[in-house]
Amino acid sequence: MAETIIFQSLPARPAPVNTEGLVPWVKNNLFANWQSTVTTLIVGGLLLFYIPQFFNWAVLTATTVPNADACRAEGVGACWGVITEKYRLIIFGRYPFEEQWRPLVATLLMVALLVMSCTRIFWKKWLVALWIVVLAAFFILMYGSLFGWLDVFGLSKVTTDRWGGLPLTIMLATLSIVLCFPIAICVALGRRSKLPAIRTFCTIYVELIRGVPLISVLFMASFMFPLFMPAGVTIDVLIRVLVGVTLFAAAYMAEVIRGGLQAMPKGQAEAAASLGLSYWQTQFKIILPQALAMVVPGIMNNFIGLFKDTSLVYIVSLYELTGALGLALNSDADWRPFKLEGYLFIVAIYFAFCFAMSRYSLWIEKQVNKSKLR
Amino acid sequence: MTQATDNIIVFDKVNKWYGNNFHVLRDINLNVRRGERIVVCGPSGSGKSTLIRCINRLEEHQEGHLIVDGTELTDDVKAIDKIRKEVGMVFQQFNLFPHLTVLENLTLSPMYVGKMPKKEAEEKAMTQLKRVRIAEQAGKYPLQLSGGQQQRVAIARALCLTPKIMLFDEPTSALDPEMIKEVLDVMVEMANQGITMICVTHEMGFAKAVADRVIFMDQGQIVEQNTPHEFFNNPQTDRSKDFLSKILGH
Repeated sequence: MAETIIFQSLPARPAPVNTEGLVPWVKNNLFANWQSTVTTLIVGGLLLFYIPQFFNWAVLTATTVPNADACRAEGVGACWGVITEKYRLIIFGRYPFEEQWRPLVATLLMVALLVMSCTRIFWKKWLVALWIVVLAAFFILMYGSLFGWLDVFGLSKVTTDRWGGLPLTIMLATLSIVLCFPIAICVALGRRSKLPAIRTFCTIYVELIRGVPLISVLFMASFMFPLFMPAGVTIDVLIRVLVGVTLFAAAYMAEVIRGGLQAMPKGQAEAAASLGLSYWQTQFKIILPQALAMVVPGIMNNFIGLFKDTSLVYIVSLYELTGALGLALNSDADWRPFKLEGYLFIVAIYFAFCFAMSRYSLWIEKQVNKSKLR
Repeated sequence: MTQATDNIIVFDKVNKWYGNNFHVLRDINLNVRRGERIVVCGPSGSGKSTLIRCINRLEEHQEGHLIVDGTELTDDVKAIDKIRKEVGMVFQQFNLFPHLTVLENLTLSPMYVGKMPKKEAEEKAMTQLKRVRIAEQAGKYPLQLSGGQQQRVAIARALCLTPKIMLFDEPTSALDPEMIKEVLDVMVEMANQGITMICVTHEMGFAKAVADRVIFMDQGQIVEQNTPHEFFNNPQTDRSKDFLSKILGH
């Protein structure tokens, strides 16, 4: 008679080579083989050579005195004095000097609103109302009234052609991002619609917009569009440009979202249909939450690109951050040689916003992937 | 007249094509009585899944009439909505919604289609989860469960509509062998409660245990239908004999 053999599993043992910590990391990533070692040494050498030089220029021999002659002196490195002298012109553009507290407050309100909108504890229904209030406050502060009415605050009128700098950048980027997103969702769904008319329209829209550069869209919005309007009817150039940027961004965004929709297994829509959900319920409850979660990196890519693309509006004489820098330095022969410092200044501002967006995108990815963690 | 009301599903010369050339359902005539339990089997590509997917209009038939619980399936969206509320479906790949918890998967349809208050929908969902013996997993996400558990959740989700008809499309084919039994046990239990069931499966043990009738399909046609006992012991056609020898032979 055969005896039953009792199965016993082996106890788990730690891995033979340590794979965590600083030393294994350096070994694996910097000196894994001779090619990697050579690259590490070359790159390291270049960094050792250039970083001290840059540090010397930017900090040790730099001057912050707002005096062009002091900057031109022998042995002086970076001239940060150009920032001290011109920062208000760079940040607020041509906005009237004495009134610049208004764009400052408006921008702070807007940034606070954006930070709140990105924070989970504020994801409540009243946030929508807050958006309306803050946007209204932004325009009242900037314009003096809400485009003609609500003129009760006693603020002087500042027309949109005087707006500029960072407030304009943030306003254009925020509004076009917020407005292009729902349009993009509709177009993405439309391109997959069963109805030929809707599908064709959405396809034509995407292909047409993607086929032209943003600059030409802005030109059309700014110079050609008024020619087609009846005499006496004018729409503010800022609104025309905003619509142009939004429609442009929506076409790109729609394709990113469509990528996510295409990646959805057919079974999800079938299961939703078998449960009796309507088309829109299926899209909003089942398909879009998963499809958008898949393309968060692509969406954020577009948002960051859009934020920087707003700098193109300078060609229709709207001086946002980049345009305002040119405005500040080009017209002033004393300070014109110190453009590099000025550019580094706005690079730092752009980088701060883009890096924040990129980090936020990582956080969102983590949130939406929670359901996939075991 | 009495016969018409007794039959909850009536296929009358139903035909369907995929594209222009693939004739997937050919002259299907089938009456399903209220409370009947039917197992559909046949080789792959024989049209079994398409047949049951026509019943809740995941697929459209192009010729013939298909009447479910007195309502004919046409392009009429209202009719489709009505029938989908009465027909539950379980898929081979489970098709749970991975971004929703188990409980949210179950309450979705009662809340948004049935307009049930959240609390009531959750109570109902918990009842169904207990029925498939998985209530303790209500707060988890589907991908955190094993295949057998996921399929039981899918069954519970379909039951939350209080359907008159349950359709199963190869519910155990994607499962590890060790998990098939826990799903079949739940299905046997359901079968004993009088709901109309149509199940595409190759689990012959299940067919023998619960089916009132076995339908054998090949090349888009119903080749043979009989009680399980007769079908397995005394198949009438050479096609079904061949099929049975292959699936029972190993």
